[in-house]
Amino acid sequence: MHTLLVWIVIILAVITVVRAVRILEMVNELGGDGHEDEITEKDNNFNGKLLLWFLVLGLGGMIWFTIDARKYLLPISASKHGVLTDAYLYQNFALIGIVFIITQILLFGYGYKYRHKKTNKAYFYPDNHKLEFWWTLIPGIVLIGLIVYGLKLWNDITGPAPKNSMLVEVYGKQFDFTARYAGSDNKLGNSFFRWITDENQLGVDEKDPASKDDKIARELHIPVNTPMDIKIHSRDVIHSVYLPHLRAQMNAVPGMTTQMNFVATITTAEMRKITNNPKFDYVMLCNKVCGVAHYNMNMKVVIDSPEDFKKWYKEQSLVFQPTETAPTPEAMPADSVKGMAEVAHNSKKIVATR
Amino acid sequence: MSDHSLEHTAHGHDEHEHHETFWTKYVFSTDHKMISKQFLVTAILMAVLAMLMSMVFRLQLGWPDHKFPFLETILGKWGKGGKLDPSFYLGLVTIHGTIMVFFVLTGGLSGTFSNLLIPFQVGARDMASGFLNMLSYWFFFGSCVVMCASLVIETGPASGGWTIYPPLSALPQAIAGSGLGMTLWLVSMVLFIGSALLGGINYVVTVINLRTKGMSMTRLPLTIWAFTITAILGILSFPVLFAAALLLLFDRSFGTSFYLSDIFIGGAPLHYSGGSPILFQHLFWFLGHPEVYIVLLPALGLASEVISTQSRKPIFGYKAMIGSMLVIAFLSFIVWGHHMFITGMNPFLGSVFVFTTLLVAIPSAVKVFNYLATLWKANIVLSPAMLFAMGLVSFFISGGLTGIILGDSALDINIHDNYFVVAHFHIVMGSSAIFGMFAGVYHWFPRMFGRMMNKRLGYLHFWLTILGVYGTFFPMHFVGLAGAPRRYYAYTAYSGFDAAININYLISAFAIIGGLAQFIFVINFFYSMYRGKRSTQNPWKSNTIEWTAPIDGIHGNWPGEIPTVYRWPYDYSKPGHDDDFIPQTTPYSETKKSNLAGEEK
Ligand code: HEM
Ligand SMILES: [Cu+2]
Ligand SMILES: [Cu+2]
Repeated sequence: MHTLLVWIVIILAVITVVRAVRILEMVNELGGDGHEDEITEKDNNFNGKLLLWFLVLGLGGMIWFTIDARKYLLPISASKHGVLTDAYLYQNFALIGIVFIITQILLFGYGYKYRHKKTNKAYFYPDNHKLEFWWTLIPGIVLIGLIVYGLKLWNDITGPAPKNSMLVEVYGKQFDFTARYAGSDNKLGNSFFRWITDENQLGVDEKDPASKDDKIARELHIPVNTPMDIKIHSRDVIHSVYLPHLRAQMNAVPGMTTQMNFVATITTAEMRKITNNPKFDYVMLCNKVCGVAHYNMNMKVVIDSPEDFKKWYKEQSLVFQPTETAPTPEAMPADSVKGMAEVAHNSKKIVATR
Repeated sequence: MSDHSLEHTAHGHDEHEHHETFWTKYVFSTDHKMISKQFLVTAILMAVLAMLMSMVFRLQLGWPDHKFPFLETILGKWGKGGKLDPSFYLGLVTIHGTIMVFFVLTGGLSGTFSNLLIPFQVGARDMASGFLNMLSYWFFFGSCVVMCASLVIETGPASGGWTIYPPLSALPQAIAGSGLGMTLWLVSMVLFIGSALLGGINYVVTVINLRTKGMSMTRLPLTIWAFTITAILGILSFPVLFAAALLLLFDRSFGTSFYLSDIFIGGAPLHYSGGSPILFQHLFWFLGHPEVYIVLLPALGLASEVISTQSRKPIFGYKAMIGSMLVIAFLSFIVWGHHMFITGMNPFLGSVFVFTTLLVAIPSAVKVFNYLATLWKANIVLSPAMLFAMGLVSFFISGGLTGIILGDSALDINIHDNYFVVAHFHIVMGSSAIFGMFAGVYHWFPRMFGRMMNKRLGYLHFWLTILGVYGTFFPMHFVGLAGAPRRYYAYTAYSGFDAAININYLISAFAIIGGLAQFIFVINFFYSMYRGKRSTQNPWKSNTIEWTAPIDGIHGNWPGEIPTVYRWPYDYSKPGHDDDFIPQTTPYSETKKSNLAGEEK
């Protein structure tokens, strides 16, 4: 049955090709004067006019689409730095938009205006050093300006997290993310891939006192207006922690820890009002192809008011549920015994960002 | 055939031509003209394949809920029930990208036009080494075969994206395509690199050593400059990809840890320790960025030549064009980090790459202004080739401008790896280079086959294609600005995308229009090869010397002596001369009225 279908498709395709060839032949026979494929003044006129139409309708269509497409774009940035980068992005768009429109008008316009006419002769104009000097220098100056301002933003964004930041680890694996909060000591307990077990999916060191108050969650809750210091980790392949609404992204790379920091400024509730969408939610997406279910790898993100955050945080479970016998964190000496593996691990751990 | 034995002067080497068999003439040919056709036809077939793949995944992206029963017919288990399988989706995306970048726009573009035009335009009887040239094609063919074979194996083709980042590409546990599929991908790429190096060395040597009398470097057409610079880029960067691939092969097969470390997958920790996945990215992009210029420069070279010829006007700023290509080529080696801003690379290093990357915009802008200045006050013959060359300039502008945004690390954070990038590189690299290639084919088809392509179908092809390209890739920027990641099989997991993904219908519709239009080209190409109108000797009234050789193409290119060159190739519409072109072979002594001061020594 299927093979039959395939054959039908193939036969139809062949018939189409044969017909097209036949048409070609007829055109050739009609053209008969042997100059059928020379470009005539008629061709130049026709295509010149089409260039003009394409320019007008194309630019018109693009501008219309751009205005109309605002409804698709991300809502205003929910992070502090994102407001700045968004503004910078729109300045860039304004700049390149103007350059785009002018150059395309010249390109297509010249194509129309200077289309070939038998009576015309082109203007022999091989160079003009003064002109070339200026149109090298001016883009140069503009670009240096962009570089300087862009790098200032970049340095601010990637600079070290402020001292009082809340420390959270985002841990990626095929195909989900887990968040681990550092707790009251604001220190994350050590972790290592060899310590991973069914109960301890992140491979956290139970003996590390810093891990005692670590909490894990399957949603990332962020208190509003609080500097966040996010440490990022993967245990299998490269993932990417992408928070489009916060204009933040950083890869999760096995064998090393990466980092990003930001301050969220708009709670989920507020954003629902802004977007006029009562179902709106922030999201963290995996943005580095990581396997079959890459497209389903994400985590819900909630930006809370401080009170909501405290309430939510209380309900989250510790990485290691305390048992009767386990010593409380305070009772542990600061430098508890560490396994050999962990020592080895720490000595070669690469911390890529400042 | 017979008349050229009369001219059998200095060059005894074409004697054996008469004993050619089918095999030596069409298959194991060492003639640059035949090898160039072999590259072109192979590239066209590969391009059709890769394009059909993109149609399949555009169907999936445009209509994610719809079932297409024919998918099961053509794809078998990968299209069960008319739904594209998610892992095969990734496989298709990967192979589509690989084929387009490497096989069509590197092997196909350079292989076709460097081979055809270098000997013809510098005035040589053939490549420096015909044998290496033949090997270059057969390595290329072999790598195409292996890559296609990887599509039909049980576990599916390589599926980690054309950038094959480990650990995903190293671990079959992570994705099925990283098993045999990835091995075949690597084997294919090793063959491909062999082909690129053999070809590249040949091109450079030919241009340096075999130029005809009078053909100084500053009388070379811009095509030749572009091909030479491209070949040098390839020679310098492909070995690095080779090394990267080799180390990946070691990690995969011999348990080394160049790229792998601290991995827990499939319920067990792996032994790898001490490697860095980021190392691979540095090595890959050290090739990968020059690669985009390996793709683009030949296209720009072809466009320069077509634009000047069909504008009937010298290319504006010939020296600046060469200079900007050299600067672009140099810079292309120190910008690779712009693909890695958010990998955890030191942010200061990122800053350096921002600086070098944005500098590339300066020579690029110079090129665009030079093209526009060439068109100004020209007398433009709007042949299909010319339209495609203008289309290239249009895309080079559009895509180059969005590159300014991507190269700015602060802005890249939020659009890296999402559809904004896909839109950008399809315009600036994919469509520009493809348009350059089309311009080349329409323009030099008579030089290849002694026949003309049908111009009406050419026009139809151009207009549908430029409509398809802008219609597909302009809206795609907005999908990116809505935050939609690339390499996603469906956008169903997050409701915030529902609105933006509506754009996908539109994109898919335009993509299908553009895709179907390519069949017009394919039909025109193969039909004209056999039945097109016979071409005249110099159909575009061009100055370059390839049009002085017999149009049917003979072994050794010119029957008698190779013509001597007296001037640069862009004396179009020179004041004082009656014709609007003066071929390079015309001495200044014959054009006394049009000579500029100092031209006649
Ligand atoms: C028929 C026109 C084409 C269409 C409709 C098309 C469409 C697409 C789409 C939808 C993707 C998937 C993007 C993603 O999920 O990341 C893609 C990937 C890609 N395409 Fe195309 N494409 C076309 C032609 C080309 C050309 C001419 C090139 C040459 C450079 C090209 C190079 C690539 C590359 C490098 C990728 C990335 C593959 C990867 O993610 O590993 N495409 N294409
Ligand atoms: Cu992932
Ligand atoms: Cu690059």
